[in-house]
Amino acid sequence: MGINLSFDMFMQHLINAVGLGSLYGLIAIGYTMVYGILRLINFAHGDIFMLGAYFVFFATVRYKLPWVLGVLTAVAGATVCGLLVDRIAYRPLRNAPRISALISAIGVSFFIENLSVVVFSGMPRPVVQPPLLMKAFSIGGVRLVPLAILVPAISFAMVAGLLWLVYRTKPGLAMRSISHDIETTRLMGVSVDRIIALTFALGSALAAVAGIMWALRYPRVEPFMGIVPGFKAFIAAVFGGIGSIPGAMLGGLSLGFVEIMSIAFFPRLSGYRDAFAFILLILILLVKPTGLMGEKLEDKI
Amino acid sequence: MLEIKGLNVWYGGIHAVRDLSMSIGRGEIVTLIGANGAGKSSAIRAVAGLVRDWKGEITFTKPDGNSVSLAGCPPETMVKLGIAMSPEGRRILPHLTVEENLTLGAFTRSSKDEIEESMEYAYGLFPKLRERRSQKGGTLSGGEQQMLAVARALMSGPELLMLDEPSLGLAPILVAEVFGIIREINRQGRTILLVEQNAYAALKIANKAYVLESGAVTLSGAGAELLENPRVREAYLGG
Ligand SMILES: Nc1ncnc2c1ncn2[C@@H]1O[C@H](COP(=O)(O)OP(=O)(O)OP(=O)(O)O)[C@@H](O)[C@H]1O
Ligand SMILES: [Mg+2]
Repeated sequence: MGINLSFDMFMQHLINAVGLGSLYGLIAIGYTMVYGILRLINFAHGDIFMLGAYFVFFATVRYKLPWVLGVLTAVAGATVCGLLVDRIAYRPLRNAPRISALISAIGVSFFIENLSVVVFSGMPRPVVQPPLLMKAFSIGGVRLVPLAILVPAISFAMVAGLLWLVYRTKPGLAMRSISHDIETTRLMGVSVDRIIALTFALGSALAAVAGIMWALRYPRVEPFMGIVPGFKAFIAAVFGGIGSIPGAMLGGLSLGFVEIMSIAFFPRLSGYRDAFAFILLILILLVKPTGLMGEKLEDKI
Repeated sequence: MLEIKGLNVWYGGIHAVRDLSMSIGRGEIVTLIGANGAGKSSAIRAVAGLVRDWKGEITFTKPDGNSVSLAGCPPETMVKLGIAMSPEGRRILPHLTVEENLTLGAFTRSSKDEIEESMEYAYGLFPKLRERRSQKGGTLSGGEQQMLAVARALMSGPELLMLDEPSLGLAPILVAEVFGIIREINRQGRTILLVEQNAYAALKIANKAYVLESGAVTLSGAGAELLENPRVREAYLGG
């Protein structure tokens, strides 16, 4: 066991952990927002993340769009897909028992994954990283690439924007209101379906951005790449307190930190990397079932 | 201004409202009274667009004289037409502040000035709410929550204000206060449809009243008239 890490190494791991954790957080926010409003686990969310990555791959590698344009197209494309999932798989079941929507969620997730195999092929494809983002530099003794800074910076900026929207605007007010009492919110003249669509759009856009940054970090895309990060992000959302946006980010960061640091300190554990999420899940369910920042969720009225 | 003809409401096999007809004139206070389970809430929830399974005609006449049928319209359409409701049990959003609850009531309005004006109007009617403006709705007392529910319904600037049991769970002195404010709101030109179990208080302020029993109207007339009616006295006013 090598516990003698140098400070520089530690810093490098820390930055790495924040990067990975903020990606989990970005995905987790989509789960937490949809769950907060509909009490639905949107299983297709990890697939929207995957689609974001694929779209950017096609836009930049296949169609040679400049990166900025490629990213915008990919985010827009994945957002539309997220909206379609809501419209086709969930909205018709809004008044059905919750289990129906859950089954529909699992179904639509399988559908997107398998359709992606058919359309994109199951072969992983390499993503070409923009050289600018990979040009290593060092601060003190810590060697870094710009991407390692960019990932958490973009993530945090997006979360800040989202928090502003949710806590400072009228559609945000409607979102917070729907999560407690759909009927009263409708009575106030809110078009609930439109606000739910907005929620899916925002969650999908964040997942797409996460997918794109993921594809840059681990430079490849494949149709099932959304499953494991999606699952872990869901656990992060539960860990942080499902329904809470800051909680989702905190949960994501915690998971990123645990995954990276335990392997850094105990390299022999690296084979168990995917198990840490479950350990966190079990711990939080034992100690504080509502999650770090979760309030008690009463059942919907 | 609101004409209801042959309204029926069902919940699965339960026939909650049977052939209800009533008419509400501009500027009136009309009350719908009845015992628990008579179908009062179902009737006004149908007007508000919250009930899925209903039949009948509900026609709203706008100030310009044009009539619109409300069949199948979602609540947002009602709110935009000028119909607002304070639901039974207040339904305050407990995790939102008083001010956020009020802002939600003005969701269909886009003019900042109008919203500000309505907010001032609401605070004028209910000065307590101004003191509590940044407090969470869930921390208000029952009476304050009721006032917030009425104020929130006023935030859309409705012509027709529908109130479902505003006296529910209030001490007699608060009931008098709330009913006083309802009259005040009416005097300022808003039409009011008041659903009540507290028949005495409701009949006293109503121009017109309908008595609902097992989903059907069994009596109707002027408020003062029903107040004297022996049947009403026996059934609803304790003899
Ligand atoms: N969502 C619902 N599902 C099934 N039945 C319902 C529903 N809402 C009301 N009912 C039934 O319809 C009937 C009328 O109910 P409603 O709430 O309209 O009565 P109410 O006159 O408002 O009574 P209260 O004074 O107690 O509020 C009752 O028998 C009630 O059980
Ligand atoms: Mg009722």
